[in-house]
Amino acid sequence: MGEAISCQLAGIASPGGAPPRNDTNKTMSHTPILTIRNLSTVFPDENGGLRALRDVTFDVHPREFICVLGPSGSGKTTLLRILAGLIKPTSGSFKFGHGEQPSTGMVFQQANLMPWRTVIENIKLPLEVKNINDAVARAKAREMIELVGLQGFEDSLPRDLSGGMAQRVAIARALIHDPDLLLLDEPFGSLDALTRERMWTELSRIWQARQKTVIMVTHSINESLFLADRVLVLTQRPGKIKMDVEVDLPRPRKDDIRYTPHFGKLARKLREAIE
Amino acid sequence: MIKRFLPILLSTLAFLLGWQLLTRYSGIPNFILPSPLSVWTRFIKAVQDGSLPYHTWITLTEIVLGLLTGVLFATIIGYILAKSRTLEKVLSPYLVASQAIPVVAIAPLLVIWLKDGILSKVVICALIVFFPVLVNTIVGVRAVPTALYDLMNSLHATRAQILWKVEVPASLPVFLGGLRIGATLSVIGAIVGELVDAEEGLGFLLQLGDFQYDTPMVFVAVFTLIALALILYGIVRLLENRFLKWQNK
Repeated sequence: MGEAISCQLAGIASPGGAPPRNDTNKTMSHTPILTIRNLSTVFPDENGGLRALRDVTFDVHPREFICVLGPSGSGKTTLLRILAGLIKPTSGSFKFGHGEQPSTGMVFQQANLMPWRTVIENIKLPLEVKNINDAVARAKAREMIELVGLQGFEDSLPRDLSGGMAQRVAIARALIHDPDLLLLDEPFGSLDALTRERMWTELSRIWQARQKTVIMVTHSINESLFLADRVLVLTQRPGKIKMDVEVDLPRPRKDDIRYTPHFGKLARKLREAIE
Repeated sequence: MIKRFLPILLSTLAFLLGWQLLTRYSGIPNFILPSPLSVWTRFIKAVQDGSLPYHTWITLTEIVLGLLTGVLFATIIGYILAKSRTLEKVLSPYLVASQAIPVVAIAPLLVIWLKDGILSKVVICALIVFFPVLVNTIVGVRAVPTALYDLMNSLHATRAQILWKVEVPASLPVFLGGLRIGATLSVIGAIVGELVDAEEGLGFLLQLGDFQYDTPMVFVAVFTLIALALILYGIVRLLENRFLKWQNK
């Protein structure tokens, strides 16, 4: 790995907001909000390092819903953690279109709520971190509670919430500060099948209402086809993009879309790509 | 409320009655086992002549100062050790070794070094409080879920925000558990110091009663100490009820 180590968070390298590099073959209808180039990650270990990601390159367009699909251990979560700024890539770069430090909202595999905070206090956390006036933060949190349909639970503690409700709180918390990018790391993995499917519909609705750019990691083909505009399939570790599939299913997608032939065709294609 | 305290009230009454009957009919002299009534009379007398409030105040001052000092140092050092594995490796042998020395054994030394005033008692008290609070601070801070750090880092939170919004509330249950032990131990610390050498305080009063065969006075001092320990314990419980509401069910 002789690549130069560079992590160019936009704004540092190009103060004026340089135009995005146009080295993809596809012609894009929008300027990408996020360009990811040759991202590779190696975690140090005893045997010279564990390669988690290899040369991951793709563009994300405004308001696009992207699902990253792959077998477990394909570096999906690593990719999200890099984009969230939690770890630095070993090489490669990612750059946000507007040329500033991006703000992200992250939803984790577990709801990851603070058990000592009520629902509304958990949701307003990102605004607290930004030192926003408490009255404003609470008003905004109430708005978010309405968006995710948790009216009446404002003052409940996380221990009194079901898994699905807790994950709704986590989604509200990830959206309250109006981030550039919503990052979802298998958010429904720990929910039961019925709740999970209900959450897909909810998430679609919220996504359409808030017009966010979303990158979601999942290992469920159904989930990715139900939600995404585009599905990226990663290979086994070290993860590399194996397939980039446009999901041209009509929206809004209802439960029964799973029984349409086109859905079946796309699902088979993804299944084959995953191995 | 009444239902909650009725059992303890009844058992106390039964205990006192048994004690009174024992001293009355067993023929044990009053200077060996005083009757509850004579202890009560001595208590009233000690309150009226001002000696008990005075000495209680001295001991309480030592306890509070010692407790605060011990907790302050234990919390700061505990947090640093929780954050730095290297420092912990370097320092923990000393800390454990220091705990192997009974405070009773070094109390005379401390009194020699720090004179027989209030300072030596405060230091002994702080030393005895230090360890349980330190250990619980380390355990508490280490137990903070890494996922919450991820959350705060993804929001670009500052170190101070992570401390106050995550580390303090998350480690509070374990920390308060340590404080509860420390609070009761602090009473022991102050008394150990006073017994070595003191001109005032409940330990002094206790020793005075001992020397003068004023056994009821000894009992009065002991019961006052119990009351102090219970009050401190109660204060920590109140803190727990106030700050750990989210935990109890």
